[in-house]
Amino acid sequence: MDLENQKRVKDFADEFGAENLVVLVGAAEGEAAGLAAETVTAGDPTFAGPLTGVELGLTVYHVCEPELKEEFDEAVYDEQVGMMEMVLDVDDIVSEMSSIREQFCKYL
Amino acid sequence: MNSVIKGASYVLAHTPQMVVYNGTTQTTERVVNPESEYLKELESHLRSYEECVNYWPNQVYIGNAHPDELAEVEFPYYDKVKEGAERFGKYGEIMPENEFLLLVQTCDMFEVVKLDKEFVAATKEAFVSNPIITEAIAARVEEGVELSEIEHLVNEEHAEGLYIAGKLVGCVKRAHDIDVNLSAHVMHENMMSKATSVLALLYAVRNTGIDAGDIEYVIDCAEEACGDMNQRGGGNFAKAAAEVAGLMNATGSDSRGFCAGPSHALIEAAALVKSGAYKCVAVTAGGCTAKLGMNGKDHVKKGLPILEDCLAGFCVIIAENDGVSPEINLDILGRHTVGTGSAPQNVIGSLVADPLARVGLKITDIDKYSPEMQNPDITKPAGAGDVPLANYKMIAALAVKKGDLEKKDMPGFAAKHGLTGWAPTQGHIPSGVPYIGFAVEDIKAGKIKNAMIVGKGSLFLGRMTNLFDGVSFVIQANTGAEDNSGVSEEEVKGLIAKAMKDFAETLMAAE
Repeated sequence: MDLENQKRVKDFADEFGAENLVVLVGAAEGEAAGLAAETVTAGDPTFAGPLTGVELGLTVYHVCEPELKEEFDEAVYDEQVGMMEMVLDVDDIVSEMSSIREQFCKYL
Repeated sequence: MNSVIKGASYVLAHTPQMVVYNGTTQTTERVVNPESEYLKELESHLRSYEECVNYWPNQVYIGNAHPDELAEVEFPYYDKVKEGAERFGKYGEIMPENEFLLLVQTCDMFEVVKLDKEFVAATKEAFVSNPIITEAIAARVEEGVELSEIEHLVNEEHAEGLYIAGKLVGCVKRAHDIDVNLSAHVMHENMMSKATSVLALLYAVRNTGIDAGDIEYVIDCAEEACGDMNQRGGGNFAKAAAEVAGLMNATGSDSRGFCAGPSHALIEAAALVKSGAYKCVAVTAGGCTAKLGMNGKDHVKKGLPILEDCLAGFCVIIAENDGVSPEINLDILGRHTVGTGSAPQNVIGSLVADPLARVGLKITDIDKYSPEMQNPDITKPAGAGDVPLANYKMIAALAVKKGDLEKKDMPGFAAKHGLTGWAPTQGHIPSGVPYIGFAVEDIKAGKIKNAMIVGKGSLFLGRMTNLFDGVSFVIQANTGAEDNSGVSEEEVKGLIAKAMKDFAETLMAAE
């Protein structure tokens, strides 16, 4: 995850409390989504950014996961995400995200 | 009449030492984690020059193989050898690092590049015997200085070292004592961009067969900025590179738009020529040292070589319609506007579906799409997937939503309308433009009738806006002598003659 974005996530966690934060990921690949999720839960796996060694354990979802999808207005979701939903390997993304959440999320 | 694409050039400079010393992944790692395993392992993963030349995607980039041939090669590519691979290709070459350092020195107008005497003596003959190196450039090679002077500059004066096989052979000095915009780091980055742009310009002139003096305007569309503390990014890479490349009748300017820069610049060039402002415009860009080894950590972790070990450059020559060369059709321009939004379907809609719909075309009416042509060998191990394929899936999905394509035909869309990525991940370099050279040939040969070039840019990286950006245009076969510029001179003469005749008749009638 971009170093500046790591800093912003960390700042939000400090300001609002980690338990009050949900991170939404929109990455196009399961692996990339998983890396972003790992960064905001277990810490930066590349050891480069401000979240290195910081186990925030934030609640994190990909926008294509079913739990998230049902939170949206159907028409808005179709307009904003419908096309990408046809393109992405949603099963792979769900499996990566679930695995990270089960291991590292502190607020489920 | 529409302006045409006379031809293109594509060049690489194999710079493994700059991966180590100048790529930001590595320089950042040295600051935050100097004892890391990655830094220890890095050098053992660098490719030799021969390995870099034999690499399939590099051979495609310089024109020694067509992307369709690459599509037949079993993935991954890094462990395959392209039979018959050569340093020189029909679009350009892969220059070794030692010769490239001499090119950099010849591009230096302010004595900031210093090379070791012995290194120059050992490399000069190879450099000047390269047929693309003009006599004027060869005459600019300096004798060099003592190694002790270079060591002093690097150790005491903040100069950036230049290395071959781990040995210091030169440096780029700072151009000002306190101005960070002229620091050795920035000067190094800018000199490398300039030198690769010069090489691209030289090959573009050769490939198109035009005279260097024919080029009237140069647009540089790389991602670097040159200037001092009072005008950071003042420019002008374009004219600076044109000077070394011997384009004596050219002026120019820099155009920027992150990775979308080249597509913006090509539309501007096509419009400048079509308007008659200039007869011949070169769009050029050099490479980016910062991005060398950008995904190196993932490559090393997965036991791959460092695949981002080349600086890349390209140049496209746009000229007045010659009745033969493929045209840029300025009636079909896609643009991501401020109001478009950032949802992928809005982005692809604005760049692909909307401009085609405006002229009554369907997504499937375009034979080949060239969006972000990153080499998947580089991006897949880094978790970023196959970028061109992701683009084709999005275009296909949009075509289904628009009713241009049956859902069952989605999987075949990429093979029919797409290309396998081969371009190095140098930001602006893979963005749409790598296919232009092949597109010109494929259209001339009747293999395809048109192609859409799509450039996209992540403006938010500059922290000035959260917006995304992109533009697209269509290259089509030459429409021959067909004049689509409005009213011709003959028609004007006819209209005047008719008006005078009518006037004379009214006078006669009045008598």
